[in-house]
Amino acid sequence: MRTYLCMILLCSAMVAKSQDCSYTLSGKIIDLHDNTVLPGATLIMIGEGKTVESDIDGKYLFSNLCDGSYSLQVYHPNCETQIFKVKVSGNTERNFKLEHHLEELNAITLRASIFGSKTKTNFEQKVTEKQLDRFSSASLGEVLNTLSGVSSLNTGNAVVKPIINGVHSSRVVVMNNGVRMEDQEWGAEHAPSIDVNAIGNITLIKGAGALKYSGDAVGGIIVTEASKVPVKDTIYGKTNVTAATNGRGGAITSTLTKSYANGWYGSIQGTLRRFGDYEAPDYILSNTGNFERSISGRVGINRFEYGVEAYYSFFKNEIGILRASHIGGASDQVRAINSGTPLIIRDFTYDIDAPRQDVTHHLFKVRGFKNFKNLGKVTLQYDFQQNERLEFDVRRSSNDDDRASLDLALTSQTLRLDLDTDNTDLFNLKTGLMAQYQKNVADPSTGVRRLIPDYERFNLGLYGVADVSITDNFLVEVGGRFDYFHIDAQKFYRSSFWEDRNYDELFPDIVVEEFSNQILTNPKLNFSNVSATFGTRYTFNDSYKLYANYSLASRAPNPSELFSEGLHHSASRIELGDLRFDSEIAHKVSVTLQKQGKTFGFSVNPFVNFINNFIIIEPTEIRQTIRGNFQVWEYRQTKATLLGVDIDASVTFNDNWNFYHQFSLVKGYDETLDLPLIDMPPVNTMNGLVYQNKELKNLLVELQSEYTFRQNEFPDNNFQAFIPETDSFELVDVSTPPDAYHLLHLHTNADFSLSKNSTLNVGLSVTNIFDTNYRNYLNRLRYYADDLGRNISINLKITY
Amino acid sequence: MKKFKLSILAAIAITGLVFTGCSSDDDAPTIVNEEEVITTLSVTLVPTAGGNTITLVSRDLDGDGPDAPVVTVSGNLAANATYTGAVAVLNETETPADNITLEVVEEDLEHQFFFTVGGGLNITTDGFNLDSEGNILGTTFNVTTGAASSGTYTVALVHEPTKPNTGVADAGGETDIEVTFNVTIQ
Repeated sequence: MRTYLCMILLCSAMVAKSQDCSYTLSGKIIDLHDNTVLPGATLIMIGEGKTVESDIDGKYLFSNLCDGSYSLQVYHPNCETQIFKVKVSGNTERNFKLEHHLEELNAITLRASIFGSKTKTNFEQKVTEKQLDRFSSASLGEVLNTLSGVSSLNTGNAVVKPIINGVHSSRVVVMNNGVRMEDQEWGAEHAPSIDVNAIGNITLIKGAGALKYSGDAVGGIIVTEASKVPVKDTIYGKTNVTAATNGRGGAITSTLTKSYANGWYGSIQGTLRRFGDYEAPDYILSNTGNFERSISGRVGINRFEYGVEAYYSFFKNEIGILRASHIGGASDQVRAINSGTPLIIRDFTYDIDAPRQDVTHHLFKVRGFKNFKNLGKVTLQYDFQQNERLEFDVRRSSNDDDRASLDLALTSQTLRLDLDTDNTDLFNLKTGLMAQYQKNVADPSTGVRRLIPDYERFNLGLYGVADVSITDNFLVEVGGRFDYFHIDAQKFYRSSFWEDRNYDELFPDIVVEEFSNQILTNPKLNFSNVSATFGTRYTFNDSYKLYANYSLASRAPNPSELFSEGLHHSASRIELGDLRFDSEIAHKVSVTLQKQGKTFGFSVNPFVNFINNFIIIEPTEIRQTIRGNFQVWEYRQTKATLLGVDIDASVTFNDNWNFYHQFSLVKGYDETLDLPLIDMPPVNTMNGLVYQNKELKNLLVELQSEYTFRQNEFPDNNFQAFIPETDSFELVDVSTPPDAYHLLHLHTNADFSLSKNSTLNVGLSVTNIFDTNYRNYLNRLRYYADDLGRNISINLKITY
Repeated sequence: MKKFKLSILAAIAITGLVFTGCSSDDDAPTIVNEEEVITTLSVTLVPTAGGNTITLVSRDLDGDGPDAPVVTVSGNLAANATYTGAVAVLNETETPADNITLEVVEEDLEHQFFFTVGGGLNITTDGFNLDSEGNILGTTFNVTTGAASSGTYTVALVHEPTKPNTGVADAGGETDIEVTFNVTIQ
């Protein structure tokens, strides 16, 4: 009966159009989680052809409306698209609450909000994009480095790998546009194959709780998403040009997007980045240039009930590795360390010679979703990735310089089926399954024994995560995931190693063929992993939130940990894996107290991570070879504990001035040996003062101070080596961390309006203002050279 | 229409996965014999006044594998004598052995042998052969012994050294070979 009435009302409203159709519908778009407003949301009045966007204060306005019922579709880049029914009678006011994409209960989502003039989330999203633009000539690792709790493991300055809460590589999962990156992330000198300019926003989850993506993120998950395309007839784009003094290079990136009101859209983006040799304050870091090229495109249709998207991206990066870091045995190491400056310094050049890396990554994805009325949203996704990694060492014969010493091609294909029920406000279930097939091929034409063998890997995964709102303020989340891995490898072992390790007695069954000094084996390994999460979120006093989460992560050993066997040039050491490893099991508990407010906001996030079967690599002996003496580093499983705290805080003094503070501390211990873990990020703190003036061309001036303490807890892996020239044994100090350092950076930018729809943003940055000499404990090349000196860069961004 | 689209998508994806999944070939990968490896260094010292030729050899057939190099010295050097010396480097994992000395001589600008004495051994090494730019290469040389003594004699081959240099310390580059022999002068 009521519907009839409604229909009659509606009809009469339509019929009575001529009567009075000058009403307005207005209100705000609000973030369901923290009640902050969301600017930039698109509201479409279905069937009426009216589209508006929410302004900076999250306000929207529809005018010239008649009394009656309307359907509104509300989009926001960070949120799930939702449809609301609204009844307009007279000038009506109505606020809409939107839900985030990720229910990241377990960990607070950090979005560099601190750079905004107020501690409101409405600045967060915008600043994230701005932040990314500012880093348009940097790498993903450098962007993440600005967040508390994240540091990086560097190889020189172009290979930057994120470390989350003290762990890295296979323990950090990168989800790029819904696709788990399979880019040989096991390697400590393998940087993520992602162009930051292809990203709309980044979400960091410091824990394994996002079981939808993976169950093995012992450290955390980095989720990058493309910016959402509005459903309206429009074309827009941006071009960003950066030029920098250090490295005497720059980057140019451009994006163009076309969309239609019927939901169809297409977008294309490309980046070129070229740098020559970078410079430390006192010398040129020879052979550290890099050349990155990437292009990506997507096309799709997005409606409320269904959508399909195809995405392809190509990424290629050539990276020079500091020439002075490519050395022989212990005597070279002693010379290099004692020298204080790199032993090879040449004139500046853009050429990239050996040692160098050449990485190519193809990613293709097709994804479709459909909303079923009584079930929820069903998403099906297929992705194909190919990662080809070439590493060129300095060869004995210069004729061979263009021949790679390592040539690995990793192909992965994944199929995912996800269901997201969203029936009631109180209970939400996410479940799904995934299947993956992966194949690694090591090209034998390198003439160098394979570092990683040929292998095939199958992975089946199944997960379910449910959340229940017990009260308006209290939410509980429970989830579980099961993964099965099967690895089928074809590995050549050196006969001497095979016997030395007793593998001839332990694994006689896997021998396929014996050659004069090598043995071909066929290891088949299975891993069944269980992961789980349990968490709560409690909101009180409107501005305070308390998150508590326990997550269980299980990680199967990676190919490097299982199969390594040989000399690692850039580290000047012999690395040995172990076939007998089990999965690593991590229990992480983290608590976050967050306060958001207009003038003062903070978050405090203590955590503890107990890891069983933690795989570490450590020195075990000195091996004599005809090339000299080398330290042997063997992977070993142990019990480890990591604990720490991350703090963010910001104070807004007035409309123009604000101050922010960041502090990260992590400690890691090997419980079996009762020793500190190697490569733990030293305590560091970042503080900044920001001046912003909206009236003055949106001027922003930011002074940032970065202080890194000396790591005072480290294992002593030093050793003695005989040095013929001095006719004595000398200490090879590979353990002592470098001193603490303090760096100052300045960043300014301003907006200039070019026309109605286009803006020019001009940015000027100076990093390491005082050209301070320093070395970073987490830079694998710290033994050989200082880190980067002063860099002045200019950034021009045009949006149109 | 919409369901149709989704199912087509699924079909394409599944076939793709299944096809490539099944096409896994079980062909054994080809063996890689380390091409760059140097297994053997031998130093031949021929006395200019006649007598026994002395050879110093280090052989490491498993490269950076766990087996240590086998180092042999054929005999003691005579006191107050002169020898003409020559170094040879080989890859003996191949048959016949690959003579890498030829390669070193061919790329003479990028290589240099260094001879270091330790522990009170009375030996001087000089008269090195030179590269095409007149700097030391050191594949041939002269050895002059002094009074009876014993100590270490280290032979190193450095790749891409800075030339000229005053010794290993300021040569940079990387060490391709470094062998220390225990030598006695009688």
